[in-house]
Amino acid sequence: MTDATEMTLEEREATLGGIGCARKRKEDIRFIQGKGNYVDDIKLPGQVFGDFVRSPYAHARVKSIDTAAAKAVPGVLAVLTADDLKPLNLHWMPTLAGDTQAVLADEKVHFQNQEVAFVIGEDRYAVSDGIQAVEVDYEDLPVLVDPKQALAEDAPVLREDVEDKDNVGQGTRRHPNHIFTWDVGDKDAADQAFSGAAVTIKEEIFYQRVHPCPLEPCGCVASMDPVRGELTLYGTFQAPHVVRTVVSLIAGLPEHKIRVIAPDIGGGFGNKVGAYPGYVCATVGTIVLGRPVKWVEGRIDNLSTTAFARDYHMTGELAADSNGRIAAIRVHVLADHGAFNAHAQPSKWPAGLFSIVTGSYDIPSAHIAVDGVYTNKAPGGVAYRCSFRVTEASYLIERMVDVLAQKVGLDKAEIRLRNFVTPEQFPYTSCLDWEYDSGDYPTALNKVLEAVDYKGLLEEQAEKRKRGELMGIGLATFTEIVGAGPSRNCDILGIGMFDSCEIRIHPTGSAIARLGTKSQGQGHETTYAQILATELGIPSDDITVEEGDTDTAPYGLGTYGSRSTPVAGAAAAQAARKIKAKAQKIAAHMLEVGEKDLEWEVDRFKVKGLPEKAATMKEIAFAAYQNLPEGLEPGLEAVNYYDPPNFTYPFGAYLCVVDVDRLTGEVKVRRFYALDDCGTRINPMVIEGQVHGGLTEAFAIAMGQELTFDETGNIQGASFMDYFLPTAVETPVWETDFTVTPSPHHPIGAKGVGESPNVGGVSAFSNAVVDAFAHLGVSHMPMPHTPWRVWKQCQALGIGE
Amino acid sequence: MIPGAFEYHRPTSVDEAIALMSRHGDEGRVIAGGHSLIPMMKLRLAEPGHLIDLRDLVSLKGIRPAGRCIEIGAMTTQQEVVASELLAEACPILREAALLIADPQVRYCGTLGGNVANGDPGNDMPAVMQCLDASFVLRGPKGEREVPARDFYEAAYFTARAEDELLTAVSLPIPPAGHGYAYEKLKRKVGDYATAAAAVVLTMSGGSCESASIALTNVGQTPLFAEAAGQALVGTKVDEAAVARAVEAAKDIAEPVADMRGPEEYRTHVTGVMVRRAVERALARAQA
Ligand SMILES: Cc1cc2nc3c(=O)[nH]c(=O)nc-3n(C[C@H](O)[C@H](O)[C@H](O)COP(=O)(O)OP(=O)(O)OC[C@H]3O[C@@H](n4cnc5c(N)ncnc54)[C@H](O)[C@@H]3O)c2cc1C
Repeated sequence: MTDATEMTLEEREATLGGIGCARKRKEDIRFIQGKGNYVDDIKLPGQVFGDFVRSPYAHARVKSIDTAAAKAVPGVLAVLTADDLKPLNLHWMPTLAGDTQAVLADEKVHFQNQEVAFVIGEDRYAVSDGIQAVEVDYEDLPVLVDPKQALAEDAPVLREDVEDKDNVGQGTRRHPNHIFTWDVGDKDAADQAFSGAAVTIKEEIFYQRVHPCPLEPCGCVASMDPVRGELTLYGTFQAPHVVRTVVSLIAGLPEHKIRVIAPDIGGGFGNKVGAYPGYVCATVGTIVLGRPVKWVEGRIDNLSTTAFARDYHMTGELAADSNGRIAAIRVHVLADHGAFNAHAQPSKWPAGLFSIVTGSYDIPSAHIAVDGVYTNKAPGGVAYRCSFRVTEASYLIERMVDVLAQKVGLDKAEIRLRNFVTPEQFPYTSCLDWEYDSGDYPTALNKVLEAVDYKGLLEEQAEKRKRGELMGIGLATFTEIVGAGPSRNCDILGIGMFDSCEIRIHPTGSAIARLGTKSQGQGHETTYAQILATELGIPSDDITVEEGDTDTAPYGLGTYGSRSTPVAGAAAAQAARKIKAKAQKIAAHMLEVGEKDLEWEVDRFKVKGLPEKAATMKEIAFAAYQNLPEGLEPGLEAVNYYDPPNFTYPFGAYLCVVDVDRLTGEVKVRRFYALDDCGTRINPMVIEGQVHGGLTEAFAIAMGQELTFDETGNIQGASFMDYFLPTAVETPVWETDFTVTPSPHHPIGAKGVGESPNVGGVSAFSNAVVDAFAHLGVSHMPMPHTPWRVWKQCQALGIGE
Repeated sequence: MIPGAFEYHRPTSVDEAIALMSRHGDEGRVIAGGHSLIPMMKLRLAEPGHLIDLRDLVSLKGIRPAGRCIEIGAMTTQQEVVASELLAEACPILREAALLIADPQVRYCGTLGGNVANGDPGNDMPAVMQCLDASFVLRGPKGEREVPARDFYEAAYFTARAEDELLTAVSLPIPPAGHGYAYEKLKRKVGDYATAAAAVVLTMSGGSCESASIALTNVGQTPLFAEAAGQALVGTKVDEAAVARAVEAAKDIAEPVADMRGPEEYRTHVTGVMVRRAVERALARAQA
């Protein structure tokens, strides 16, 4: 049918812009012109605004709230307090972790800036005036900021509402401030390995409280149509479908009467997975007032109240033989979860996927225990640009391997090579029961060492050390675990963590695909179209990718934990294959041959042995609406819900070189070389962009980000004055590289890459800083490596003056 | 982050501005570039009832020689300071310091007058002005007066300027030709106020230091003129011993508070490091 000589095979492939092509991001056309459509851009007729009265105290009894003066402020329409929400049973809401969280403070406040009342008004000015006019009478209570004090006998009891419960959703508790203990591994085997070990090390490693800090803070517009009884909720949601289900469950509205729309999102990094009081209050507000209510938090609100990350006090131990071969690992974590247990993990994992802590190393035995506790801090504990608690785990093992290397006198690269899971061991089951799908760690590390001339760097460092200069070389050889996940062990609120794709091919051969995930800047509109282009033989430019509207997109669990490509990307490929199967039937009919006589080539089915007899996907699409074989239904559409058989395990090898100014404590990153293996590479340019972004956030975390609290629970550093968001000036230059080890179980072999650089990056920076002091006997330094902390180390060594 | 309500005024002459200031007293506030005031208003740490915008006062703009001084109008932006050839030639420390203020976006709006009138110890220009021994020209209903920068700052956000006085210009004596200068600022990132910073201007003659002036930013309630530190260099070859004495003298008067930039001990220590580095760079630039 088609003249196959028009274009060469290569030209036809190039026209597709499919897998492997570095096409420019489709979404950037609107973003760089300021034509994105974010929540705060939404303006509905009659829309009003709401915002919170927040507590200045970290722990206090709310004795009374007087809203009379606020209600008298011109333009103020309503003031909601816990007492107003009580009749609706909405003054508390369930968290993703089985606990409950106060929507508006009910008798007590548990952290500074907690939501106490919600003021709704005609405009933001009236609302702010109203907030100032609300009078709250507090009686302050003893504050608990140090999680190490949480379980003391005389510690103040924070959560009086659950004081008598011996379980708040994640296992047995043993103290009113205790949330859960999570215990995995074989303690006896690990203890035995330790007692017989030639070398053991133990290190206290604290991963500070940080915040994902997306450029766009959280917000929503809730709009109730009183006539139809339908609620539309626009919001910054990484998982819009889950939000719909949660709203239905807690607000008691039928799910089909709720439409959740996540428009363009300006970064999420885990911060936009959970549900916040603002969503509930805006929803109640629109139901009460019959007008759309917008709530958009400010920067200080974002940093001080919506979900934080990490805050893990870890104690790690390794046992090894005298050659540095690791025999066992033991870890205890004291996890500071803040005032409500509202971390976002698959339900069955109170510490997420932390048991990936054996990393890239073949460690025979392990034991891990995690204790979660309450403190007077904001709730959260989300995965900030990493899969669930993987950054914490990876940081711990990568730091400890360095400490061990130091103790046995081995080179940092050598100890890694000695302990790696070898390429022949894949699929490899770790002693903590993770089945690593594929990997080749030595090749990756050796490629990096060669690229940077590792030997040369070591020689330079030795020279510098002789002169009293501080130069550090940091390595990280990490393994991620992403793509949550198989529904047999991953669910959120009982819903399996599958994801989905629905494709419709139009008669003229273009298409629309809708997915259950939601891009927040990752470039889904670009990369999903590339997967589909290769699978379907339709140019990626002719495929619209749409996400975020629960009325149109198939149900999915959203975007976080690098799960979009591993799960929804697989659903896209599978849905496309269903379409291709039907297309083959139609092609056979068009070409008057049997289905088995056809073979696929780039963008068409060809009759075997008769290359000039072919039907392109474009032609088949048209035929699907008018020229069908007997008994086949018209149209060319498919849906796939993909429940992954396993996680995927991206990995990488990073090397970082720093120079330290011992007088100011400033650390200069001289070089950073990042090799990532994310399996099949869909769009190398998007990958590079993700790696640059992830490394920059890793740099920020390792070198400056932290949220601390004074002894009365006042949060410190929760604005851009202090919270470290590096600019282009501070950000190092990144050198990137790759190897390709496809995932054997993923339809196109892709593994996910958005978070790897953050997981591997943090430890590479930190290891480099500590290495600058390693020859002086230093084995660990606490993050973030701010100038004053690094100087403190210099001073302690007598080299700071 | 929403300011309270205010009346907006836009005077077209200095006299009208002063009249508005007198009329509204502590309810009124002038706004120049707004890059210190507006953030305070958004946090409602400042809630002026009347905002008096100076942007139409063209007479307050410009950099001009005035005898042995240079006069810089209060409404001259920091970017205009950076771009001025006259300043680059006659008093280059201003350019060096201005380039360490925030980022281009802030410098295009923020004014020199606002920077020195603000009274925030984090501002960089006040210490530079003290180092140069500049004076501030203040005009109020009772007329005009000049206050030396070294006497202007009383406490954080408290200055010698009366409520009804407008700062119209900064007048700085032109440093001798061949002087050495440096502004050293330690900060965590672009857009950050100093962890510690030091301004140094010195002159050398026949290998020996003839004059030296040192001032410090953000290590006390006000900018600090480190007189003893400067004196420690005068008459010396600016050798190691002299520099060490200057460093110690500067550290002696530093009283930084602990904040996210670091504890007091660290900020005092790096005050010394900034002084040392500024002196070393100034010395290298000075013509002997
Ligand atoms: C992100 C950011 C980073 C910054 N970093 C730095 C920095 O590193 N170093 C630094 O020095 N500054 C920094 N600034 C502050 C900036 O330089 C301001 O522009 C400057 O401090 C004030 O100048 P302005 O013209 O903006 O004054 P405004 O903000 O308009 O006014 C400041 C105060 O001075 C008063 N005032 C202004 N002009 C007069 C006048 N002529 N007479 C009497 N009173 C007057 C006002 O009433 C007000 O109280 C930063 C600002 C931002 C937003």
